[in-house]
Amino acid sequence: MQLKGKVWKFGNDIDTDAIIPARYMNTSEPEELAKHCMEDADPEFPSKVKAGDIIVAGKNFGCGSSREHAPIAIKASGVSCVIAESFARIFYRNSINIGLPIFECPEAAKNIKEGDEVEVDASTGTITNLSDSRTYQATPFPDFMKEIISAGGLMKYVEKKVKSNG
Amino acid sequence: MGMTITEKILAAHCGKDYVEPGELINAKLDVVLGNDITAPVAIKEFKKLGIDKVFDKDKVVLVPDHFTPNKDIKSAEQAKMVREFAKEQELTNYFEVGRMGIEHCLLPQEGLVLPGDLVIGADSHTCTYGALGAFATGVGSTDMAAGMATGEAWFKVPESIKFVYHGKLKAGVTGKDLILYTIGKIGVDGARYKAMEFTGEAISELSMDGRFTMANMAIEAGGKNGIIAPDETTEKYVKERAKRSYKFYSSDSDANYSEVYDFNVADIEPQVAFPHLPENTRGISEVGDIKIDQVVIGSCTNGRMEDLRQAAQILSGKKVHPEVRVIIIPGTQEIYNQAIKEGLVQQFVEAGAVVSTPTCGPCLGGHMGILAKGERAIATTNRNFVGRMGHPESEVYLAGPAVAAASAVMGRIAAPWEVK
Ligand code: SF4
Repeated sequence: MQLKGKVWKFGNDIDTDAIIPARYMNTSEPEELAKHCMEDADPEFPSKVKAGDIIVAGKNFGCGSSREHAPIAIKASGVSCVIAESFARIFYRNSINIGLPIFECPEAAKNIKEGDEVEVDASTGTITNLSDSRTYQATPFPDFMKEIISAGGLMKYVEKKVKSNG
Repeated sequence: MGMTITEKILAAHCGKDYVEPGELINAKLDVVLGNDITAPVAIKEFKKLGIDKVFDKDKVVLVPDHFTPNKDIKSAEQAKMVREFAKEQELTNYFEVGRMGIEHCLLPQEGLVLPGDLVIGADSHTCTYGALGAFATGVGSTDMAAGMATGEAWFKVPESIKFVYHGKLKAGVTGKDLILYTIGKIGVDGARYKAMEFTGEAISELSMDGRFTMANMAIEAGGKNGIIAPDETTEKYVKERAKRSYKFYSSDSDANYSEVYDFNVADIEPQVAFPHLPENTRGISEVGDIKIDQVVIGSCTNGRMEDLRQAAQILSGKKVHPEVRVIIIPGTQEIYNQAIKEGLVQQFVEAGAVVSTPTCGPCLGGHMGILAKGERAIATTNRNFVGRMGHPESEVYLAGPAVAAASAVMGRIAAPWEVK
């Protein structure tokens, strides 16, 4: 699967309150959440982000709360994937579980700039910056996670398991 | 090679004698927890599975604590969904407003999490229960849904970091100060993916409430869990609450740690974390003159009895500074009631503070004390991210209850001993 879009660049330690402030969490509707995605970090993001766009960030992206509303809001806003130097643990897990592609790649995260055009091969983790033709390789997922991803998220994976247990 | 306490608990729950960091395991769960924000998402996912019942009606715990008593229609709808699910599933452990509390104060109090347990909660501060010598970690709603359905969850066995606190605490220095100090040293991702094991003489001397405060903030250093080996203090706490058996684990002397930190606590003074990250800590003597508009004493970090007593010791017979609003939130109904019996609530009210029923409220910028643009609060909570307590241009400083109470009287961030 090829993911392609314009880059929105963010710094280190972008927390879940910046991704989706708790004041909007009296709902879990993806479209509602998308309206406020990243707004405390960049107020223009929700209105200007386009389908396919890519978030590139520094270390510890998604730190803070366990709210799944964070990856849900990013996915619903049309963002095709997130590339970061590193991800906070619960955010990483949640993204895999709901099917938001994420890639850990410090080199790419440091060198790619705001507004660059980037293409990612989701199956191999190869990241190509079309604006300067440089390529990067993200850390591959362990096999177990690939299984969850290929099943279509954790619930699909569990559904199979529950049914096969009768 | 020996194992750490974290490795032993994980091994015991996946039917193995030995596990090592990096290993992926599927483990059995003793408790699956959700709240009024995270459970609705999990319930929707659970229903898609097409199975009738949760894996065990005694082991799924639901606590509506974030936006309750409900602040608006939307949050009332969310709480209603949780309530109806609890009823239809005949859950033993659903806690209604008036009988509830902030989840991480409530579950240990009710004896629902015990030493040796493996707990997941769709709330990042689930790591609080590590104070009892359990493995407890925060997950998202989808993991919660899968946990409710199967009673299992997958984990990657984390590496452990050992934090050894040597020496005796100075007067007025608490668990909150130790954990803020630690996060200040290692940073908000200093323990990312890892187990944080707290040990040493100062930890043995720490009360159960102080231990909960420490384990609570492991996530603020990126930790997967925080854990303290159970001892006599733990035994005393759980003995009268437990309704099932529990098991004490401890790390082997030849267990493997990715890092070991040694701190001499005699050097540590009360700590304050500056905006907008919990790692921006300073000792109280280095804070300077910082005026405040609001004080919040409560949350799953510092809303327990010992915290309220510390605040009352300072506020009793004093008046809150005329330009400051003080909001005090006991962690559970039981704590609330105890605070009434001990006369603390009256002391707070007479000093000019507001005392709320248990709720997360302002801790996550939900309700009950939201900050306006440019306002500044000092809070005993755990996060001071941009916009955490309200307007994106407001500020939150984190500290323990004694510093928060002293600041309430002085109108600026102050040390407890400044209140005469
Ligand atoms: S008190 Fe604050 S940190 Fe604790 S569970 Fe509630 S919102 Fe989360």
